[in-house]
Amino acid sequence: MSEAVPVLEMKGISKRFPGVQALSAVDFRLFAGEVHSVMGQNGAGKSTLIKVLTGVHPADSGRILLEGNEIRPSSPLDAQKLGISTVYQEVNLCPNLSVAENICLGRDGSEAYGIRWGRMRRKAEALLADLNVRVDVTAPLSSYSIALQQMCAIARSLSARSRILILDEPTSSLAEDEVKMLFSVVRRLKAQGLAILFITHFIDQTFEISDRITVLRNGLLVGEYPVSALSRMELITRMVGREIEEGGPARARARDAGLPAQAAGGVPSAGNGARTATPFLSASGLGRRGSVRGVDLQVTCGESLGIGGLLGSGRTEIARLLFGIDRAEEGTILVEGRPAEIASPVEAILRGIGFCPEDRKLEGVIGDLSLRENIILALQTKRGVFRNLSRTRQEEIASSYIKALGIKAGDAEMPIAQLSGGNQQKALLARWMATDPRMLILDEPTRGIDVAAKVEIMRQVMELCDKGMAVIFISAEMDEVVRYSNRVAVMRDRRKVGEIESREADEHAVFQIIAGGQT
Amino acid sequence: MRAPSLGVEAVPQPLRRVMRKRIFWPLATLALLLLFSLATNPHFFAVTIRDGHLYGSLVDILNRASPLMIIAMGLTLVIATHGIDISVGAVVAISAAVAATLIGGELVLSGAHVPRFPLPVVVLGALAVATLFGMWNGVLVSLVGMQPIVATLILLVAGRGVAQLITSGQIITIYYSPYFLIGNGFVLGIPFSLFIVAAVLAVLAFLARRTALGLFIEAIGLNPIAARFTGIRARSITFWVYAVCGLCAGIAGLIVSSNVKSADGNNAGLLLELDAILAVVLGGTSLSGGRFTLLGSVVGALIIQTLTTTIYSVGVAPEVTLVVKALVVFVVSILQSDRVRNRIAALGQIGEAAP
Repeated sequence: MSEAVPVLEMKGISKRFPGVQALSAVDFRLFAGEVHSVMGQNGAGKSTLIKVLTGVHPADSGRILLEGNEIRPSSPLDAQKLGISTVYQEVNLCPNLSVAENICLGRDGSEAYGIRWGRMRRKAEALLADLNVRVDVTAPLSSYSIALQQMCAIARSLSARSRILILDEPTSSLAEDEVKMLFSVVRRLKAQGLAILFITHFIDQTFEISDRITVLRNGLLVGEYPVSALSRMELITRMVGREIEEGGPARARARDAGLPAQAAGGVPSAGNGARTATPFLSASGLGRRGSVRGVDLQVTCGESLGIGGLLGSGRTEIARLLFGIDRAEEGTILVEGRPAEIASPVEAILRGIGFCPEDRKLEGVIGDLSLRENIILALQTKRGVFRNLSRTRQEEIASSYIKALGIKAGDAEMPIAQLSGGNQQKALLARWMATDPRMLILDEPTRGIDVAAKVEIMRQVMELCDKGMAVIFISAEMDEVVRYSNRVAVMRDRRKVGEIESREADEHAVFQIIAGGQT
Repeated sequence: MRAPSLGVEAVPQPLRRVMRKRIFWPLATLALLLLFSLATNPHFFAVTIRDGHLYGSLVDILNRASPLMIIAMGLTLVIATHGIDISVGAVVAISAAVAATLIGGELVLSGAHVPRFPLPVVVLGALAVATLFGMWNGVLVSLVGMQPIVATLILLVAGRGVAQLITSGQIITIYYSPYFLIGNGFVLGIPFSLFIVAAVLAVLAFLARRTALGLFIEAIGLNPIAARFTGIRARSITFWVYAVCGLCAGIAGLIVSSNVKSADGNNAGLLLELDAILAVVLGGTSLSGGRFTLLGSVVGALIIQTLTTTIYSVGVAPEVTLVVKALVVFVVSILQSDRVRNRIAALGQIGEAAP
């Protein structure tokens, strides 16, 4: 294949944003009939590369050759006309319109002067049939699964002229069988000779679908590898740029072996000695209409409680009740043995509880505030409006956490929205660390961030836990839940269906409880 | 080569730092307007002392702008929370009506006029009523969860009715001369209303920047959900911000009624809410909430008043003044947008590169 002429060649692409060199002299090539993954941590330059290719940003220097001819796409529409089709992470379609309308309207000019419904329906059916999808195209798009909506987006983006299909994290909101469905479509398109550029955070999927992998790091090209020549470990090492233990520190097992929970730092594990007799927080019969029912939980200082369960099982709802975002209608919460009515987040914060929410963008960071302001915000609310932190003190706090957590930012006055996802998540952790919490609730703290940031974040949290902080760790990744907890509470259908010691558990044990109740 | 979109880089470093300041563009606009006025009227900047008081166009602009400056400051906080208060004009009328009623409108032909209540009661009573109406808005927005424009529209409509109810549908003329100090008096040669403006600015700026209130307000305006998740008492802060806005409108109502020596429920503060919104926007606070500048809004109010005064002093025919005003506002608003600014900066850069 290497003698063949690539469909697309990007040579020496550089792009600078204020304060960041997003890409420097990156080469990339794409052959017909291959799936090529671009891997890298957050901030590696993947998105920038795609945006240069699709004409969202012009490159500062470098050339793009499509089938040997130099192109300068000036907008995504322009790129589409040149044969570069893109399907973005979020499905950018109209859920209330029919499948046929979503696929056909505005796609080419043929509906500009009146719609012929029959023709449009047949066209949509034909386009979907190319992807081996057969559905009723007159039904609204929202009546189908996200996976099918993705296929519609693909069908819409492809045209006779398409040479390249860019799939930007298409699987991030798909269930496993839906991923399979999507991949069969991808393979079919590949067989038809389309060049496919695939971006994902999931390492397993990369290995499953790709022919070649290009790795980027800090805006630099690390290398291009045939997938057969690369092991998982090698890929991760190249993305991170240093050796890491895959998955980071495991909690329960390290305890068992009498080892520190972290490889780095050499902080001795406090082990069970740090657990005090009364739990820091205990909830019994906790419930609320439309939320969870009858949940009993206990977390002790120095202990990490995992909450596992499938999507919609009530994991996040528990966190919302404990943090006072929703008010509990039934049950009681005891904090350090005393009854506590937690009716608002600020009451939870005053009791020493912190909460990193699931949706970082909507519930976590305040994008237009600076990194400094985002970090000191929770500490400031804990102190109250009138005990203002001086500017100097704020800068001290911010810079100390930026250093301790390795947050990569031009300076602390940058709007936090300009930081990568992993760095934003670190800043949120810093926000709560600054309040010196007794208990930290983490809801999907590792979602959508790169491996290195994930390991760093969990190392910090586990270190705090060893120093006596209680942790509630919520994640959809069952192996992560088991790894980062001492005990796992298992949720199903908005009820707690069991609890298991992590040292005895693996993800299968958790799934077994979900499938059959308490073992 | 395509011109870089961030053309600000063409400008030398120290100047660039000044240009980044939020207050730079409003101040530049004001300076330009004043220079234009000076060009058309060489005596525009002249300030003379008559009877121990300062007189001149500049003093006049400051004095006339004071109700607008005060309202704009209160409204700035509301807008920073991603809200809006279009009832401020009506609250001005209510405050004026309460003050006038508490003073009492009987004309006394001989001897000094005796008010129904002492002056402190008059002032505090009017301000208390205005604050209460601000709180009413605050309850509707923060507790009931109504959209701010709808919530305050209610008071915009009802407020004038309330004002007329208070004055029994009459225009009350005020004869009590100590009251005239507020909007017409001078202290140390300077209009008394400017001391009020300074006091309001000082108190609000202290609250906004020396306490965490400013940060919390910005956080609420930018991302209310994240703000709540971080423990900010968004509801209570929003409530108080509307209350303060009502209070500011109340203060403006006292100045206005004292200035015209009467309270007219129908016309006092009419359309003032629109000028106030404009002042906030011209001052550099975005209507979509978040970052705000109190000083900017003060400058914004001065821009509006300077414009009005200039148009009259240049001798534009009264029937076209509004059109001229609209044109200037249009140009200034366009200049405020980042996109246009970057274009202009980019043009400057090409110009530099050419020779």
